[in-house]
Amino acid sequence: MINRNLQPLKKPWINSSTKDKIIHGFFFFNGLISVFVLVGIFALLVYTSIPAFKEINLTSFLTGTNWNPTSYVKEEYGIVPMLVSTFMVTIGALCIAIPLGIGTAAYLSDVAGNRTREIAKPVVEILAGIPSVVIGFLGIILVGPFLAKIFGTSNGLNALNGSVLLAVMALPTIISISEDALNSVPKNYDQASLALGASKWQTVYKVKIPAALSGIIAACMLGMGRAIGETMTVLMATGCAPAMPESFLGPVRTLTSSIAIELGEVAYNTTHYYALFALGLVLFIITFFINMVSDIILHRFEKVNR
Amino acid sequence: MKSIIRIILITGLLSANIYGARGMLQIKGSDTLINLVQRLSEVYMEENPGDYIAVTGGGSGTGVAALINKKCDVANASRLMKPKEVAQAVERKVDVRRVVIAIDGLSVIVNPNNPITKLTVDQIGRIFRGEVKNWKELGGNDVAITLYGRQSNSGTFVFFRDAILKNDYSQKMNRMNGNAQIVEAIKRDKSGIGYVGVGYVKVAKGLTVLKVASREGGEYADPLNANDVKSGKYPISRPLNQYVNGSPKGKVKKFLQFELSAKGQKIIEAEGFFPISEDYITFNKKAGL
Repeated sequence: MINRNLQPLKKPWINSSTKDKIIHGFFFFNGLISVFVLVGIFALLVYTSIPAFKEINLTSFLTGTNWNPTSYVKEEYGIVPMLVSTFMVTIGALCIAIPLGIGTAAYLSDVAGNRTREIAKPVVEILAGIPSVVIGFLGIILVGPFLAKIFGTSNGLNALNGSVLLAVMALPTIISISEDALNSVPKNYDQASLALGASKWQTVYKVKIPAALSGIIAACMLGMGRAIGETMTVLMATGCAPAMPESFLGPVRTLTSSIAIELGEVAYNTTHYYALFALGLVLFIITFFINMVSDIILHRFEKVNR
Repeated sequence: MKSIIRIILITGLLSANIYGARGMLQIKGSDTLINLVQRLSEVYMEENPGDYIAVTGGGSGTGVAALINKKCDVANASRLMKPKEVAQAVERKVDVRRVVIAIDGLSVIVNPNNPITKLTVDQIGRIFRGEVKNWKELGGNDVAITLYGRQSNSGTFVFFRDAILKNDYSQKMNRMNGNAQIVEAIKRDKSGIGYVGVGYVKVAKGLTVLKVASREGGEYADPLNANDVKSGKYPISRPLNQYVNGSPKGKVKKFLQFELSAKGQKIIEAEGFFPISEDYITFNKKAGL
């Protein structure tokens, strides 16, 4: 039998403008999540840090030079030595990693043959996958004794050791992003430069690196972020003595290692517990600040380049 | 840190899948005790197929905190619980019971190149408080002393401070991640001095274990000598404890009984620590063992 009343084409489940709205909403929601997570973490840190300052004087927290919350005699909460340590190790790491990283990136993008690049690039990326515990272990058994021998110190648990290890950890980030930046410089830039009689070295140094500078700076900033937040490696390799650091050849104790050492055993909801969250807040503010500065720099260079 | 958490999570998940989380006895805490209890649990598991024990470290403070938060069945502790922790346990309705499983002659170690072989308790205290800064002052070489100690979540850190220093450690003391790390550091560092559980020095080569006298002019005793430790002549000996929630029963009781049995105590000796004395046997009986 033939069905006489043929039905019109099935109406779509929803019409296309609603579909658009739903998809728009979905992506908008995804975008919001990361903002919410960030704001949430910040709010949580602030909220859990505030009780610490019922008992700790904010000035002594920010300017004190002794951190000893489990003291036998008198509890003290001063973060200056940890701030100094964190910056020493990070800046040391950057001093090593930036020249090496940019050099490697320039080599990979402009000098190395295809074959070499195809082998070297994955190797650099694998470097990023090495767990920080392993790097810390290498620091104890390899880098530390080596530095001790070179500098004639009695041991290698010092800021320099931490810097070297963090440099190794920051290198993959710096190399891959710098290399991408160098590769995205239009080909006619170096062709023009070479045509004008510049050598390959002059081309890389005077044309390509300046043209890719914004990307390279972003790479260094990301590397810095990696170094500043790293915990396990510095915890294992830098001695962790809480005293004010005296030199790169002395022990240091960073903000991250203090949190890691003490959070495991601290009694919940005590001043010490809240103080550790305050340390986390300080760390958060530092990284936030670094990211903001790098963003500003990036935009400035973009404008100049245009 | 991230990696450690990841490893713990993965092991946790795997073990939960294989054994079923309920049947597994969780032991957590002291780094001094971890190898010892690990060994005990291995022998125990061989004898009792089907019983599973997971032993993890993290320090006495971590173990006690886990027991209070009901995250483990047994907490290893190389120190006594602090009054603060006891108060917290009461608050969370955790009825902690202490069992002593072994005796440790906490050993003070230096590099073999260091001519010093013995010190008094007072001298050790002065060194670790940072009052003595050069080995010369103690009749040694003219080199600055490098201090190696544990981190504040370590029971050994707390015990040594409360029993020997009676004050804070020097802020310049390196805070190491475990006994083994201190041993390794001292082997390399001619100027170093550190303290570790005796179980870690009995087998290690390339170390000088200092003889210690309780006072100037007193007799120097050796932590490697069982008699010196048992008789109390060695001044820095301490009980190694396990804390449990409530009077031990079931699997916890079975394992604790194994540790305290003649066989268990023999393993403890083989691992370098010392078996418990009569006093502690009576003490454990009161806890129901």
